[in-house]
Amino acid sequence: MLKVEETQPVEFSSALLAKFDEIVKRYPEGKQKSALLPLLHLVQAEFGWTSVPAMDKVAEYLNIQSIEVYEVASFYTMYFLQPKGKYVLEVCRTGPCCLVGAEKIMDHIEKKLGVKEGEVTEDGLFSWRGVECLAACGFGPVLQIGPEYTFYENLTEQSVDQLIDDLRKK
Amino acid sequence: MARKLLLEHINVPGINTLAVYREKGGYRAVEKALKTLTPEEIVEEVKKSGLRGRGGAGFPTGMKWSFLAKPEGVPRYLVCNADESEPGTFKDRYLMTHIPHALIEGMIVSSFALGANTSYIYVRGEMMPQIRILERAIEEAKAAGLLGKNILGTGYDLELYVQPGGGAYICGEETALLESLEGKRGNPRIKPPFPAIAGLYGCPTVVNNVESIAAVVPIINDGGDEYAKIGIGRSTGTKLISASGNLVKPGVYEIELGLPVEEFIYSDEYCGGIANGKRLKATVAGGSSVPVLPANLTLKYANGDPRLMSYESLSEGGFATGTMLGSGGFIAFDEDQCIVRNTWNFSRFYHHESCGQCSPCREGTGWMEKILHKIEHGHGSMEDIDLLWDVQRKIEGNTICPLGDAAAWPVASAIRHFRDEFEWHVKEPMKSQSTNYGLANYANPIEKAPVVEEK
Repeated sequence: MLKVEETQPVEFSSALLAKFDEIVKRYPEGKQKSALLPLLHLVQAEFGWTSVPAMDKVAEYLNIQSIEVYEVASFYTMYFLQPKGKYVLEVCRTGPCCLVGAEKIMDHIEKKLGVKEGEVTEDGLFSWRGVECLAACGFGPVLQIGPEYTFYENLTEQSVDQLIDDLRKK
Repeated sequence: MARKLLLEHINVPGINTLAVYREKGGYRAVEKALKTLTPEEIVEEVKKSGLRGRGGAGFPTGMKWSFLAKPEGVPRYLVCNADESEPGTFKDRYLMTHIPHALIEGMIVSSFALGANTSYIYVRGEMMPQIRILERAIEEAKAAGLLGKNILGTGYDLELYVQPGGGAYICGEETALLESLEGKRGNPRIKPPFPAIAGLYGCPTVVNNVESIAAVVPIINDGGDEYAKIGIGRSTGTKLISASGNLVKPGVYEIELGLPVEEFIYSDEYCGGIANGKRLKATVAGGSSVPVLPANLTLKYANGDPRLMSYESLSEGGFATGTMLGSGGFIAFDEDQCIVRNTWNFSRFYHHESCGQCSPCREGTGWMEKILHKIEHGHGSMEDIDLLWDVQRKIEGNTICPLGDAAAWPVASAIRHFRDEFEWHVKEPMKSQSTNYGLANYANPIEKAPVVEEK
């Protein structure tokens, strides 16, 4: 669902726009819309989520309608249409990971962070959610943290505790 | 030891760099292809090799290439499908992480064979680390004159770009992938026209899996005939198998097609048997979309002959007693795993990933998830099992793309082979919440790994 209220206007820095320009060059003349998915990743890395004003600006940049951006951002699971914690722990919840204990890891994260799936901790640092197969089934349970999408394999309750403590100290 | 074509140098330190990759014979195929072969000759070698699409469908790659339309003045595209999202499959991630140049080299040779001057590698968005690895490898190759204008002085130009996805399983379907690459929702297109006629931007396009493209390198180096000598029957060459679940040594293995399934599961060269001294209950042999099989049918045909890891052998017996090689995502379930719970998990996956275009899939996957949730959590009735069967029947074959079939098959096969476990959940709702149905009569009890003779 798009969150229209509470959204502030955004400004794209010249560094960000330079990255946009670089990406658009990859496609033939007039096919700049192909840059939409990579651009939205850059926007999310910069602002933490893809807000409506940010998506409008992307539409303007690519010379396409805003709705063309909204429909894409809401289709793909990686784009956050709501603000999230600084670190979003995305745990694989699909079959092979569940065979080796992913559900226990998710329960543990919920307890450790004290928030339900999709919610943000009070300090604004953490969110977590279950995601579908991350293509690392032989090394499960696994989780990833954006915007770099750093990957953590063979998780145990201890290694998750360690990871969260380390991120808190950062 | 079996022959390795793709992972031969996987443990060489620095094999992810151009220098070490070249030291180990890398980019020989580019030299050979661009300097001594014509595009037609390369297509011919790939045809001779018998290479079949490694993404799951198993369609002959050389034949796919030969369908590519070549109208005058229209660009042609090669797009690599690196949207690896099939539950149980993680071979492409592994290959791109450790030997990115194998993919880049394959892309150069394949693009040359198809007459493409711009090619894209569509990598699923979650694989940002692999995207960075590939971009670095492309830079290295470009600096060495292997990409860009006038490659190795042959006059051939190629630009190669990495495109991130946005997190959608459906984009592994080739026309959905092309839609996504055009910056749209990943809704599969109605075929025909096939991408070979009208693909990316309406131009002739070939979409190939990472492993298929990487396999072109040894085919060009050694010749298609040499490649075809490996394997069994129409399953030629080597295949990367992603082994996961309750195994002693899960991971990515390169096998020669035709390896006995029993040897793959129990020998120390491969998975090393079932973890924690447990027994095998069931397997999904080719990624979550293929039918689940009980242990006895995994290891042997219905007539008792051993089953092999090959396209034909795994599908022996049809869906009644067989399955498919698919993408090579091999998931093993031990005796403590619940088939109903896993089927529910997979159905949730397909419900989440359905693009929503076709009603049978959009609605049906949701129905299946709900019914399975009900049965798994002790609220099911016997009629629910029949309803579930009915729903999956109505999805299969009634959708634009194969996601509908992929959602239906795991459910159908689970009911076909494990109906008594579903009925037990209905009859013993309380018990099913705290205990497992166990091994029942699904498996020949195999106590320990049998001795496997060296070939």
